[in-house]
Amino acid sequence: MLAQAHTAAPAKPVYNPVLANPADADVLARAQSGDHHAFAQLYSLHKRRIYSLCLRMVGNVAEAEDLTQEAFLQLHRKIATFRGDSAFSTWLHRLAINVVLMHLRRKGLSLISLDEAMDPAPDEGPGRSFGAPDLQLTGSIDRLALQRAVEDLPAGYRLIFVLHDIEGYEHNEIATMLDCSIGNSKSQLHKARLKLRDALRTYPR
Amino acid sequence: MTAPGDPRTMSCEEFQALLPELIGSGADINLHPHIQSCELCRALLADLETIAEAARQLFPNVEPPDELWEKIESEIKAEAPGVDGASANAAESAPAMHAGPAGDEEEPH
Repeated sequence: MLAQAHTAAPAKPVYNPVLANPADADVLARAQSGDHHAFAQLYSLHKRRIYSLCLRMVGNVAEAEDLTQEAFLQLHRKIATFRGDSAFSTWLHRLAINVVLMHLRRKGLSLISLDEAMDPAPDEGPGRSFGAPDLQLTGSIDRLALQRAVEDLPAGYRLIFVLHDIEGYEHNEIATMLDCSIGNSKSQLHKARLKLRDALRTYPR
Repeated sequence: MTAPGDPRTMSCEEFQALLPELIGSGADINLHPHIQSCELCRALLADLETIAEAARQLFPNVEPPDELWEKIESEIKAEAPGVDGASANAAESAPAMHAGPAGDEEEPH
């Protein structure tokens, strides 16, 4: 079922100080106190996830590298403020998302008026399905084709799709991050999926 | 006579306009009267479900280039010249850590 699709994904980790590995907690504590080697260990542990997140959100290797660098620099500046209210990885993930969002804002993607900023021209929007039945995706999708289609999405559509369907955020969380309404988040996600469907039906299979 | 928007008689256009909210509500849309009677919208819904399902398998985590840490470390040193113990290979030579709740490697995407 669609609404449950992402909720069935592996749950985001929940911080549990009792279960947290003492070695990890020690490294984090040392990094918070300014131990550079410990910070390097944190980088080593989280670099793949943060870099991959940036790459998914912007779809560009050079930008993803710059944003990963900026995320870890911000982490270095702010790490002492982490208080353990959530898992460190969750906190870092959100920090990285904020770095990407700031970058997209600077590039001109208005996250305040999402509909205006993200809606393509009417003739470029996702097609509706009235009239004769369209070719169905038959329950299976070429992953590479889907990945290409996601990469080709307009920035705003890709942002919502990645945050919801890939990263597993809920609409209320996305609405808070993007400073938009929950309805807007739902609507944009739906349009993104429709656009992907259109794209997949036109890609050679 | 049925009211406009009556689930039993709504058009495809009316139903599809409601879809974002229906999907986001968590309700089982397959039980919606329109879906049960409309092959076109059933196919649309199946496609969207397939896309959402496949999305979770997309974009496995990848390694950033090795030079990225050197750039980060260089910036850190520039911001805080007093940083000690810095090594160009510190991140690579760091001992493997348990990937527990705060870990990275065990969170699939």
